[in-house]
Amino acid sequence: MAEKSGADILVECLIDLGVEVVFGYPGGAVLPIYDALFNHLKIRHVLVRHEQGATHMAEGYARSTGKPGVVLVTSGPGATNAVTGITDALMDSIPMVVITGQVPTQLIGTDAFQEADTVGITRHCTKHNYLVKDPRKLAGVVHEAFHIATTGRPGPVVIDIPKNVQIATAPYARPETFEHASYRPQTKADPVAIAAAVEMLAAAERPIFYTGGGVINSGPEASALLREIAGLTRAPVTSTLMGLGAFPAASPQWLGMLGMHGTYEANWAMNKADLIICVGARFDDRVTGRLDAFAPNAKKIHIDIDRSSINKTVEVDLPIVADVASALTDMIALWKDRGHKAADLSEWWARIDGWRARNSLAYPESCEEIMPQEAIAQLYKASRSAKDVIITTEVGQHQMWAAQHFGFEEPNKWLTSGGLGTMGYGFPAAIGAQLGNPESLVVCVAGDASVQMNIQELGTATQYRLPVKLFILNNEYMGMVRQWQELTYESRYSNSYSDSLPDFVKLGEAYGWTGIRIESPRELEAGIRRMIETPGPVIVDCRVAKLSNCFPMIPSGAAHTDMLLDPSQVEGIMSDEAKALV
Amino acid sequence: MHIQEEYSERHVLSLTVTNEAGILARIAGLFTARGYNIDSLTVADITADHAISRITIVTNGPPKVIDQIIAQLDRLVPVHKVTDLTENGPFVERELALVKVAGVGEDRIEALRLADVFRAKVVDTTIESFIFEITGTTEKIDNFVGLMRQIGLVEVGRTGVVGLIRGKEPN
Repeated sequence: MAEKSGADILVECLIDLGVEVVFGYPGGAVLPIYDALFNHLKIRHVLVRHEQGATHMAEGYARSTGKPGVVLVTSGPGATNAVTGITDALMDSIPMVVITGQVPTQLIGTDAFQEADTVGITRHCTKHNYLVKDPRKLAGVVHEAFHIATTGRPGPVVIDIPKNVQIATAPYARPETFEHASYRPQTKADPVAIAAAVEMLAAAERPIFYTGGGVINSGPEASALLREIAGLTRAPVTSTLMGLGAFPAASPQWLGMLGMHGTYEANWAMNKADLIICVGARFDDRVTGRLDAFAPNAKKIHIDIDRSSINKTVEVDLPIVADVASALTDMIALWKDRGHKAADLSEWWARIDGWRARNSLAYPESCEEIMPQEAIAQLYKASRSAKDVIITTEVGQHQMWAAQHFGFEEPNKWLTSGGLGTMGYGFPAAIGAQLGNPESLVVCVAGDASVQMNIQELGTATQYRLPVKLFILNNEYMGMVRQWQELTYESRYSNSYSDSLPDFVKLGEAYGWTGIRIESPRELEAGIRRMIETPGPVIVDCRVAKLSNCFPMIPSGAAHTDMLLDPSQVEGIMSDEAKALV
Repeated sequence: MHIQEEYSERHVLSLTVTNEAGILARIAGLFTARGYNIDSLTVADITADHAISRITIVTNGPPKVIDQIIAQLDRLVPVHKVTDLTENGPFVERELALVKVAGVGEDRIEALRLADVFRAKVVDTTIESFIFEITGTTEKIDNFVGLMRQIGLVEVGRTGVVGLIRGKEPN
């Protein structure tokens, strides 16, 4: 067999694996790979402006298409700049393969120029990582890396390839399907557990589905199955931040998001339920609030593909280790088989309606200032005319307002950094999503502070003619930091004011974007419409009320039943125990 | 505000893993990253083709944390199997130590007498010192070292614990 260079083997592997887009940035240690890409036109390389941007673009691409995101960066600073995005993908279970260049093998360990211990640095922020020292092993590693990134609980995988391995030659043949020696994720549930779950569900008087990002990761089929089982049981459904869209917001069974900034009805229903069916969620601290007061009377079923998520923070009564779609298929089949009918939940629904009547997402109206919640509500209204809408967010108040006031009907349309909470995620994620979905309306809801964390990617959108819309809720603060300082530190706003903000309109224009400023409630509707209707990329500086707080809120260390609904309940101080929590 | 400590118990975990570069860092790093304890850790390859290693870890923590440690280890890609020997026992555990003791006269005789009681072997000697080799449970070695400390302990090297489930079945 004719031998090929490591760089050519890598690129051929990517083509064989169906990779269409690679987000990357060249540098000394990946020059051979870039030269191989120059000759292979099947792969589209998207040149980013900073490696962190590449990782978030890959995440946005992956989350919106269901395909793995691929990143290519150089050694040393290229790799270390990618670390935040890799960690973000690990926390939110996003399939991603990151290829990093490395100094040649004989220089490893000598503090060579642009050398970093990439496998050492990324060991604990990847699902798995590799340093390939032998070109004959490269093809096997690349195929295995994609297998590991995309199966089981998805996650990022790093392949570190020294420069001499990219140049050295070896034979390449597309590997046959392989059996991994030790990696075999469990996807099919134990039938005994499925039977127990079905009986618990049939007997429950106050059941609730608590769903998460695992439903989305399991594929569109899982969302369809969730809708089916909810329909069969008539039970209410709530979701984590990561799971929004798996269940339609328009459904009368939908209670809205739960947790720290979730709805009153979702959190009270969790607290008073007698059965919680956790589907692909992980009892995160943002969701549970104070652990010893979390759902005190509920039996808990936990469906998760990752055994280590089960009993990690909350002890459950019935663990089911499985892929969500597979477990729900089995549960639905057995439910029908045993002739179960939806129980009479009218009393439970009456209580839920009582909580709903509190209208916990209500916000004060204003004719002088744009209320940020109103801006999201108007964006939601205006974007309904678009065929397909994908919303990404940065991290902070605007993220929570978007989660609360934008209704998602389908999975893979809501891209946000949940676990790591990475400011700077949303804008590059929107670029990645637009590349994967050229026909969709992709809007990044951003804050004035977080958008600046990867604002250099304005140039990337311009270069690839991507019509992303960057909708900045500008309140001149790191709003969530300011809100916590107001609630916890008697409004001592230490370093949370966004001083010296750029003129976002002019900044966009400098990159060839259309810039729009919206300053009063009168301009809001027309401004948003103009943003959507303007072809090409648009940046919107939407000046919103500066001191709005995100409510409802469960203060850290409090129980679901201790929700704050409005500012009048805020004391401005907190105990040391509560302060010490994140 | 004060930080509270939790009740913890000792467990011996036995892992089989792919014998590859970085595997030990992966395992040890998981413990530090998640704040778990390592009392001892041993590793060596155990198959004829050197493809598989056995790692034995002695850890301690609340029962919930032990379960979490096992689940976290189990999901590492190169980990084949994790067995909690303490949970799945009965099992045999052994540790080896080399114990250097210096002394003259009566101390020397007492050291040899104690070594005999503990079935420790002399593997090196000078006019003024011995190195004893002793195997046994962690507790037995602790006891031996404690006695030698009173006589003239110079230094100790310990391997850490290895263990296997009793009976004919593999771990």
